[in-house]
Amino acid sequence: MPFSLDKAADSYDVIVIGSGLGGLTTAKRLSYCGHKVLLLEFHHQLGGLATWFKRKGHIFDISLHGFPYGMVKTCKKYWTREITDSIVQLRNIVFDNPQFSLQTTFDRLDFTALLNKKFKIPQTVIDRFFATVAGMNFYDDQTMTTRELFEQFFPGRTDVHRLLMEPITYANGSTLDDPAITYGIVFSNFMNKGVFTFEGGTDKLIRMMTEDLEKNGVMICTNAKVERILVEKGKVRGVEVNGRVITAPAVVSNSGITNTIYNLAGRDVFSSDFLEKADAIRVNNSSCQVYIGLKKDSSIEDKGDLLFTSTAPVFDSSELLDMHTHSKTFSVYYPKTRPGHDRFAIVASMNSRFGDWSSLSPTAYETEKKALIERTLVDLNRYFPGVNEKIDWLEAATPKTFNRYTLHTHGTSFGTKFEGLAVSRSIFKEVPGLFHVGSVGIIMSGWLGAINYGVIVSNDVDSYIRSV
Amino acid sequence: MTRAAIKDLILEIIKDIDEDADFNTLQSDQPLRDQLDLDSMDFLDIVMELRKRHKLQIPEEDYPQLASLDSCANYLEPLLKNV
Ligand SMILES: Cc1cc2nc3c(=O)[nH]c(=O)nc-3n(C[C@H](O)[C@H](O)[C@H](O)COP(=O)(O)OP(=O)(O)OC[C@H]3O[C@@H](n4cnc5c(N)ncnc54)[C@H](O)[C@@H]3O)c2cc1C
Repeated sequence: MPFSLDKAADSYDVIVIGSGLGGLTTAKRLSYCGHKVLLLEFHHQLGGLATWFKRKGHIFDISLHGFPYGMVKTCKKYWTREITDSIVQLRNIVFDNPQFSLQTTFDRLDFTALLNKKFKIPQTVIDRFFATVAGMNFYDDQTMTTRELFEQFFPGRTDVHRLLMEPITYANGSTLDDPAITYGIVFSNFMNKGVFTFEGGTDKLIRMMTEDLEKNGVMICTNAKVERILVEKGKVRGVEVNGRVITAPAVVSNSGITNTIYNLAGRDVFSSDFLEKADAIRVNNSSCQVYIGLKKDSSIEDKGDLLFTSTAPVFDSSELLDMHTHSKTFSVYYPKTRPGHDRFAIVASMNSRFGDWSSLSPTAYETEKKALIERTLVDLNRYFPGVNEKIDWLEAATPKTFNRYTLHTHGTSFGTKFEGLAVSRSIFKEVPGLFHVGSVGIIMSGWLGAINYGVIVSNDVDSYIRSV
Repeated sequence: MTRAAIKDLILEIIKDIDEDADFNTLQSDQPLRDQLDLDSMDFLDIVMELRKRHKLQIPEEDYPQLASLDSCANYLEPLLKNV
């Protein structure tokens, strides 16, 4: 059980601000390396965007729609065997839009067959495409965009572009105009073996991670909002949290990179060169979600685990971001997803822009939220006719909701665009002792990206602490 | 530490990373990455483990020196001579 802040000591080897998957993993790794770690979370619950909420007997997962197989190796190495053992495959991924309808396991083998048989793409082109994306590295040339990559291999084939791009846009907010490497790395991760989920739900994962951290001696405090990162003589001295000063030679912020620079550390501690790069960071889009709970003892047929649906004629990155988008994913949580919990739940997710929602008057905001739920139900009825009568809980979240719970700039769901990675990676060279971990650069986002980035940053932090 | 002991140390660390790693056909002058299917995260684990066990600070630009067992021995021998 996490503690309240008054139980924390006055000094630690390292303070981690925020308990998203990046922050949790950093705390784990650094305690494993032998350091005395304090983890501070503003919310009453740990996990950041890896979160859930309970309503009327339902448990809704926010960001458990699917992750790549790489999570198995990552959890085995950096977390526990028990966590690893709960990772299971989602076998039935559905696409339904005016250009095509299909079911897939979303892996290279199945995609190769689909592209060849259904989309009539020659085998050699498919093989070359897979080899190209599999060979992409984050330090490669970034001048080619995903749009150019698709045009090179599948010129004019908007249906193929849609098949390849739509899921990745939902997975990390990237568009056709982002660097092709941000697409290729994430797409290849999924194509390795398909889409996986955590059996038992996000609450079980975070509970297991919390127990593991406590076993490793990490001090965890919730309801602890860090107001400032203290920098003295150009170096990190500690943090100010709920009006109290706690010192440490190293501070790792899992708050958003823009928040960390502008609000927690403050512009005055950085050089103008660094600020120029920071000012150029574009945060990624936010999301809307509709949470749908079915009555006890009611059920729906198994129509797939993850449904990528759209009534838009073709795929268009900006259409997916529109507040009245005709595109959304449905994640269907059958009782098998959470053994022992016999309820059905559905979460509809859409990408969304913060500005579209934050500019509304309070009444217009409520009206738009209702309309969002209505549109979602119309779409859902195409797959589960008559589902309306079975529903006993309906609720919507908007970019404003995400902003309120995570404090992230513009409620970003997937950190920043590519340029954020270099800034995050170099912040400790600017202010010794100050580190950032968390979704940046598109590739370091998602559950897998955030955990792996936690390990990468921990290596920098461990090296730093041992050298001072 | 002798060259042989250094190689054993690296293999021991890899075994911790991947208990199924098979060293039977491993060639010490060939890249570990291809033979044991290691990725860049695995190499980071080796670096962190060396720091933890032997207080070795290996700068990022030197990571390529850990490519094969032989190159590990070449690189680490002077650093671990008093161990
Ligand atoms: C709707 C949605 C669906 C998603 N679906 C998936 C999916 O299916 N698969 C997948 O892999 N990924 C998914 N993601 C992305 C994934 O959830 C995130 O990339 C990942 O969880 C982010 O982890 P993080 O380490 O960046 O930290 P975050 O989760 O962003 O957490 C940051 C934490 O820091 C805390 N914090 C911030 N400021 C302070 C402060 N001043 N003091 C104390 N604490 C502070 C916040 O409260 C929060 O807990 C989804 C995201 C969204 C929004």
